[in-house]
Order: sequence, then C-alpha cells, then structure tokens
Amino acid sequence: MAKYAFFLGCIAPLRYPGVEKSTRVVCEKLGIELVDIQDANCCPAPGVIKAFSKATWLAAAARNLALAEKMGLPIVTICNGCYGSLFEAAHELNNNKEELAEVNKVLKEIGMEYKGTTQVFHFAEVLYKEVGVEKIKAAISNPLSYKVATFYGCHFLKPSSIKNLDDPEEPHILDDLVEATGAQSMPRKQKMLCCGAGGGLKAAFGDVAKEFTKTNLENITASGAEYIIDVCPFCHLQFDTVQGDLGYSIPVLHLSQLYGIAMGMSEADLGLSTHVVPVKL
Amino acid sequence: MITTEFKVNPEFEAQLAAAGGADVKLCFQCGTCTAGCPSGRRTSYRVRKLMRMAQLDMKEAILDSDELWECSTCYTCVERCPRQVPIVDIVVALRNIAVAEGHIRANHKKTATSFYKTGHTVPINDKIKAERKAMGLPEVPPTVLANKDAMDQLDKILDATGFNKIVE
Repeated sequence: MAKYAFFLGCIAPLRYPGVEKSTRVVCEKLGIELVDIQDANCCPAPGVIKAFSKATWLAAAARNLALAEKMGLPIVTICNGCYGSLFEAAHELNNNKEELAEVNKVLKEIGMEYKGTTQVFHFAEVLYKEVGVEKIKAAISNPLSYKVATFYGCHFLKPSSIKNLDDPEEPHILDDLVEATGAQSMPRKQKMLCCGAGGGLKAAFGDVAKEFTKTNLENITASGAEYIIDVCPFCHLQFDTVQGDLGYSIPVLHLSQLYGIAMGMSEADLGLSTHVVPVKL
Repeated sequence: MITTEFKVNPEFEAQLAAAGGADVKLCFQCGTCTAGCPSGRRTSYRVRKLMRMAQLDMKEAILDSDELWECSTCYTCVERCPRQVPIVDIVVALRNIAVAEGHIRANHKKTATSFYKTGHTVPINDKIKAERKAMGLPEVPPTVLANKDAMDQLDKILDATGFNKIVE
C-alpha cells in the first residue's frame, strides 16, 4: 500500500475542510495511506512569504520537510501553492549542500536537522502515476455525466523544467483524471490562464486578480462546462469567492471532491455548505 | 526632446545577485515574456521592461513601482523564455530587496503577520471548527495550531531569519 506524509496547508483545512475530508476518504478507497504530519506550519506560501523573505521561506519549508523526513515518508500535498513551495524547497536543498548547511544552522536552534532526502508529490500526480486511471475507474460507484472545466492552475506543472509532469501549455493529466468519473472535460480557450490569485496579486491588487478570473469564467462559460474542477485550494477560493461579484455562479470542486461524489460520499462530508457558490449535485 | 531622468545604483547588481537574481544579465530583451504575460494584458506591468530596469541598476524606480507586485508568478514567461532566464526567481529577489528596505503593502503585512502569529496564512475561527467537527475531522488541524511548543519552534526560525522585522 502506498503511504504518504499528508501535508494539509492552510486554505484546505481552514477554509474548505471538505477538500481535506474528501482527500482522506478518496485515498482510503484507492489504497493510499495518509499519515498526518504533526506540527507542520504553512508551506510557507510562495507568492507572499517567499516574496517577502526567501531565507524565512526556505527555513520554514525545511522544517516541514524535516518533519516528513523523520516519518520516513514522501510528502503529498493537495494544493498547488504547498506543492510549489515544498517541491522547490526540496529541489534546492536536496541538490545543494551549501544551502542545506545554511538552513541547518537555523534548524539547529530548534534541535532539528534536515538531511535532504524528502520527496514531494502533488495529490493529482499520485493519483495519475501511482494509482492510475484504470484503478480509479474501477473505484467509481456513482458515475458522473457532468460537463466540466479542468483548472490546472500554475504551480502544479510549472516550472516544468524541474517538475516534468506534463506539457505545461497543453496538459492532459487532469482531463484524464476527471474523465475517469464519466465526466466530460470541455475544451476551451486559454486553458492555462492563471486564476489571478497567486504571487500576492489577490492581496495587493484584488481587482486585477479578478480580471484574470473574469476571462477564465468567460472562456469556461463559452465551453459549455457546468463545473470547475481544480487541484488547488487557492484557485478554488478565488473562483468560489469572486464569481458573485462578476455575475457568475459556476460550482467549484476540488478534484478530491469530484472523486468523493463519484465514490458515493455524503454531501455533508464533501463540505459543500462551506462553498460560496452553491453546488447542486 | 523629452528625456527621462533616472538614478542608477551600481551596487545594485551585487545586491540583486546576492538575493538570487544574478541571471537577469542573460536576458537579451526579445519580449517573449511580455507577449505572453497575463498581467501585462491587464496592467502596466511589462516583464521585459522590469528585466531591463534591473540590468540597468534602476533600483529606486523598481522598488517604488506597483508593477513589481503585479506578477502573479504564473511562470508563463519562464516556460517560454528562449534564454531560460528564471524570471520569477528574479521577481522574487527584487521583492525580497524591496521588503527588506521597507516597501511592503498593508495587505501583505497582514498576511505576513498571520503567518508570524499562527503559523498559517488563513485564520481559524469557531465557525470552521464547528464545520470540521461536523465532518468528523479534529476541530483544530494537527499542525502548529494544535501544539504551542511547535509554534514556539517556528517562531524561533522566523526570528532567526529576520521575519520579525517585517510583521506588524
């Protein structure tokens, strides 16, 4: 049985707990054992904390990596931001002994050490590569006929030079994953356009971020999609919270929630009541 | 003839390199970055211009600008750059310098302060605790939020790396 150290992050557990719950239920059904990383901190967020202080970002990320290293498990994340931060911090530290030594000077103050061995994976990556579409299809008890828009976000696949998961401009992983439920992924323009929230843009210039989201919503509507399926709670938050202002109401689901629906989870456990845009199943 | 006066700071090259932006010198100003930039389509941010300003050591003009904070770090420019300039890393390096010299927005300071105080960038409240409990999750997730000693550890890391100087 595949076993991972489960990194929760911030937005999933503290804003959309249904995403956390769905991930736990779906992983169990697919034979993936999740072990909570006790005492983890924010990844820390790449768009804000890394932009303010790279030294703080790297040391705090190293603390998370060291906690998983002690468990002897690779990390799985359910958020592109957490994936971006932890993957990139691990990439730097696992391949650069000088940087690792610098970070360990800081970790030493709290009696910790990071040896540089933790690997970091995205939830959708684990589903696609480790579980596989065929095994997922076999676990679907409630096949879906939704027309959906897949939303990859930015930090799942990019920068592709170090992530190497899929074509960063014309990917297919998430489309294959949603179609395993019977749902249909609708082709659309500018599929890889950023949601607008990242890089601290939402906090600094929320109206600009909203302009990104608006173009995405226009393209999604034109495609005939009835649901937005994301793999990042921050994209999820952006789509869920700004649609009202823009005059749209397309339900937003994290991939884990879509799978939860297709595997027969209850509406309460999916956490749909915490969504701003009502989700009708 | 109208000319624009700008101040250059020759020490900036070394400062930017130390912050992780040394590769800005690889940029040969083709503009592929600006052409694909979703923020550039909606704001006055021009990636190529920012890279040029960095090459020319126009420190003050960069640090004072709104444009420095209009990148959403989507990596479209990085994917398409024919010189493989790590543009997002350079933007991050420039932002690190800006913040270290006191250029930080109120909302960003708020996020930084939340991280400093709680270890997370999103607050916890009674409503979310009740929602978590209702779906069979622990009321408080098993992170630094649930363990004061772990939060103290994180605080030491944040103080040791100077984050206490950034927050409210």
